[in-house]
Amino acid sequence: MEKGKGVMGSGRRWAVDFSDNSTAPSSRDIPDPPGFTRASVDQDDSAVSRQKKDAESNWKAQKAWEVAQAPFKNLLMMGFMMWMAGSTVHLFSIGITFSALWQPISALQGVGKVFEPYKDNKVDLLGPKLLFIALNLGGLALGVWKLNTLGLLPTHASDWVSSLPPAQEVEYSGGGIPL
Amino acid sequence: MAIRSFFVPFLLFALCFYSSLTPVLSLYEDQVGLMDWHQQYIGKVKQAVFSTQKTGRRRVIVSTEENVIASLDLRHGEIFWRHLLGSDDVIDGIDIGLGKYVITLSSGGSVLRSWNIPDGQMVWESFLQGPKHSKSLLLVPTNLKIEKDNVIVVFSNGRLHAVSCIDGEVLWNKDFEAESFEAQQVIQPPGSDLIYVIGFAASSQFEMYQINARNGELLKHERATFSSGFLREVSLVSSETVVALDSTGSILLTISFQNGEISFQQTPISNLVEDPSGPAAILPSSVPGIFAIKTNAFTIFIRVIGEGKLEVVEKTNHETTVSNALPISEGQQAFALVQHAGSEIHLAVKISHDWDGNLLKESIKMDQQRGLVHKVFINNYIRTDKSHGFRVLIVMEDHSLLLLQQGAIVWSREDGLASIIDVTASGLPVERDGVSVAKVEHNLFEWLKGHMLKLKGTLMLASPQDVAAIQSMRLKSSEKSKMTRDHNGFRKLLVVLTRAGKLFALHTGDGRIVWSHFLQSLHKSGTCQSPIGLNLYQWQVPHHHAMDENPSVLVISRCGPCSDAPAVLSFVDTYTGKELNSLSLVHGVVQVIPLPYTDSTEQRLHLLIDSDKHAHLYPTTSEALRIFKREFSNIYWYSVEDHNGIIKGHALKCKCTGEVADEFCFDTRDLWSVVFPSESEKIIATVTRKLNEVVHTQAKVVADQDVMYKYISRNLLFVATVAPKGSGEIGSVTPEESWLVAYLIDTVTGRILHRVTHHGAQGPVHAVFSENWVVYHYFNLRAHRYEMSVIEIYDQSRADNKDVWKLVLGKHNLTSPISLFSRPEVITKSQSYFFTHSVKAIAVTSTAKGITSKQLLIGTIGDQVLALDKRFLDPRRSVNPTQAEKEEGIIPLTDSLPIIPQSYVTHALRVEGLRGIVTVPAKLESTTLVFAHGVDLFFTQLAPSKTYDSLTEDFSYALLLLTIVALVAAIFVTWRLSERKELQDKWR
Repeated sequence: MEKGKGVMGSGRRWAVDFSDNSTAPSSRDIPDPPGFTRASVDQDDSAVSRQKKDAESNWKAQKAWEVAQAPFKNLLMMGFMMWMAGSTVHLFSIGITFSALWQPISALQGVGKVFEPYKDNKVDLLGPKLLFIALNLGGLALGVWKLNTLGLLPTHASDWVSSLPPAQEVEYSGGGIPL
Repeated sequence: MAIRSFFVPFLLFALCFYSSLTPVLSLYEDQVGLMDWHQQYIGKVKQAVFSTQKTGRRRVIVSTEENVIASLDLRHGEIFWRHLLGSDDVIDGIDIGLGKYVITLSSGGSVLRSWNIPDGQMVWESFLQGPKHSKSLLLVPTNLKIEKDNVIVVFSNGRLHAVSCIDGEVLWNKDFEAESFEAQQVIQPPGSDLIYVIGFAASSQFEMYQINARNGELLKHERATFSSGFLREVSLVSSETVVALDSTGSILLTISFQNGEISFQQTPISNLVEDPSGPAAILPSSVPGIFAIKTNAFTIFIRVIGEGKLEVVEKTNHETTVSNALPISEGQQAFALVQHAGSEIHLAVKISHDWDGNLLKESIKMDQQRGLVHKVFINNYIRTDKSHGFRVLIVMEDHSLLLLQQGAIVWSREDGLASIIDVTASGLPVERDGVSVAKVEHNLFEWLKGHMLKLKGTLMLASPQDVAAIQSMRLKSSEKSKMTRDHNGFRKLLVVLTRAGKLFALHTGDGRIVWSHFLQSLHKSGTCQSPIGLNLYQWQVPHHHAMDENPSVLVISRCGPCSDAPAVLSFVDTYTGKELNSLSLVHGVVQVIPLPYTDSTEQRLHLLIDSDKHAHLYPTTSEALRIFKREFSNIYWYSVEDHNGIIKGHALKCKCTGEVADEFCFDTRDLWSVVFPSESEKIIATVTRKLNEVVHTQAKVVADQDVMYKYISRNLLFVATVAPKGSGEIGSVTPEESWLVAYLIDTVTGRILHRVTHHGAQGPVHAVFSENWVVYHYFNLRAHRYEMSVIEIYDQSRADNKDVWKLVLGKHNLTSPISLFSRPEVITKSQSYFFTHSVKAIAVTSTAKGITSKQLLIGTIGDQVLALDKRFLDPRRSVNPTQAEKEEGIIPLTDSLPIIPQSYVTHALRVEGLRGIVTVPAKLESTTLVFAHGVDLFFTQLAPSKTYDSLTEDFSYALLLLTIVALVAAIFVTWRLSERKELQDKWR
């Protein structure tokens, strides 16, 4: 896609458009190659294009599902990395955990963009999108769980009482051995 | 482990950073003296002898009341060498033998030692035993020889010894069996082989023994009775005449024992002076022919003119002190006389037989804060014109030592600081004046230069000169000795009260004396004969709304040693050292209780308990009374009667029902008492938490993020008792008959929260109480080793507060005020460890917010201060800690506490005669200020968990700056390069 666009850009010298299905050879400087009949293409144009469109939307839907399932691989990968990192707090495990948190978040932010190419009024993208979001949320949960196992989440009583000042005492008593 | 959760990433980096540094708390050699200072003192001089050798440096040898024997440089007053004898080895006398040895008699006359004068090495030591305890007298005759041996004559323990000066061998000895004989003087008339021992037997008998100095043979024994008895003091006026007073102090007796015949001559004092006003006392002096007596109003100098006739030569009502006699030429003895007159002292040097002629008469201006002259020692030197010059060493009432020569003070030593009773800290004034621009520029230049030097040092480019410059710059950093408050709170004033009754303010930066004040109330006066300074309390610590007031301290003193003697309160401004106010109370004082309440001017309320158990409130203002009334029912006090083994709790009852209405006086009633059985337990130590200790949190996070709640109470008392048999010396009892019981007692209700018995343990017990733990040190007789134990106390009733949501929403009652009358459920954990040293004092570090981990500061027997992490005294230590426990920082259990040589706070120095360790929190949370005092003073800063909240002193800001500049330049250059590359790409 991108490449095609680039070629279509300003700097072209010549181009052949294979999808050109205009019937008038006169519009071109170059004559049609021998044995090429334009009329045969024209014959069942509508049927072929419908077929083609169906194939395309099928392909798009299939692709969308594939894309939606992609985070799963990521998830497995992340899980393995986390397992490798261990449960002690050090630079490596912190890095992995934060990347595990960041990846799903950034992916969730770009959910629309990821499925943009597969946008089609015939293709139902809701399913893949939901799966994608669910898988990414799963990745996020994995990251949070890892954060918790590292003890970086305030989920224990100890995290909330560690700075509680001692209770005031009502009574006061002083004294000691006589001076 | 207190800080988890959110701070962890931050902490993590800090940890990573610090774990790369050296793991032990120690100093580098070039850091010595940067933050610490050490001062050496000797104490109040008891006796001084001058070493008048022709060669070598001139020096004076002194013995002091702190049991120090020291050699001082006569030119500057510096210490050449110094020895501190043990507290049970009191020095009785010193003298110089053979011109090169110092002879000391100590331990009640039973130890005689000889020290080499130039270097202070001990030459010999001999033990002198005798049949009974007696006064000990040391006499070093100049020309008494037995077979070429110079002889030292010692009378001690009822026996006369002649000891060789060369090797300390006892040549002969002679017992004085007579039961009640008390020797007063040992006399050796010059040029003869005789020794006279004179003294009293019973109360009215004068005895004289004449002894052959060569072999100790008794030549003559005479006695004479004087019916009305004697006062014990005698004054020697010639080698065969002494003067004594009769028991009423009104008749002077001239006793002559020429040729072994005793004859009395009575002279009533009223014959000599009209109106003698009360009984007289003889002033100790050794000037031939002249003696001095002192009555209430006068000091009278009396000359003896042959045949027991007396003549008054001077009568003065000024405070007068007489020196020792100094032989200056054949038959001539000089002595010095010091008299006070206003702000000056008059020094006169006279020859003994010529009272009216003065060899020297000088007036010297004397600081009023030094009080009276207590002792005078005289020494002479030969001037270039062959005349005699005199130098005089004087000891003042504040224990300072001064050398006077040619009408001026040559040097002075503040030896009062060797006997500090109490210490408190005070802030410094806030800097108010603006700093001038010129100063800033100068400073900036200096600053840059300094940092460039440091940078050079860091990059190892510095030449030796540069290194020296860096070191001197670090040492004299003017910042640390400024007289204003600093941001980190390192600069403070240490206000100390000395035994002499003088207050000193020492600057923490360099240890200099900022001001000193001799309290008026501690001067001897008509109404108060023997004032004693007791304690120092912080009276006013201005805070937020009373910023303009100066802080002040309260000094409590008492007229005399008994507890019902009237007390005196003095209030001293800590910025200026001015005595703001002084109150002479009608009541005594046995307890001072600083209350946790302050009035609107930040004056702390104090409760003084007198010997009749009345409580008196100070300050005596209506506001203080109002605050006090509000808290009236919540104030209790307790008394520890250690002589009969009772601890009593008291509550306030009502106003005093005395004849004088005093609304600040309250009656008290007994609430509870804990009686220890006197046949099995004797109180030897009590300790409480410091009143000003700050505790950050009540929770202790243990392994697996579990929580334990500390039982934190200000009203806990640790009491240690031992078996009465075992209260003596270590090793005097068998393990079976000695035990030590430790108690934790709530002082409001009298409830015993914990009790533990250590069988086979013995005192002395040194303990320290902080937060919810107490650490104590004792001797284990079974293991023959010292032991330290720790008790931690936890509140079990709070242990169920584990619901996170309740805690998140604040729906808990952990911080609501609690009453001690609600029964607490406590559990204790304890553990014991062996410890190598015996201990003189234990303290604990204290920080501003109480977050930083704690270290124990242990004053060892070697007079050093050892810092020991509290983690080593954690009762949760086990032989094989789990992974979680290891993560928490629990050290595997070992049977003894490690002594890491690098963790000596005093590094290579010794704080001779260490008595106390005081810690003061700095404003910077990580840092605490430590002050150790004894005969010496030592101060340093400590960071028990390293300085995690500030950069270190030697941090190179220049390097940081350089790095930043380099980085910015690199960013700029790479940005330009990338721009260019992009442009090239586009053109391609």
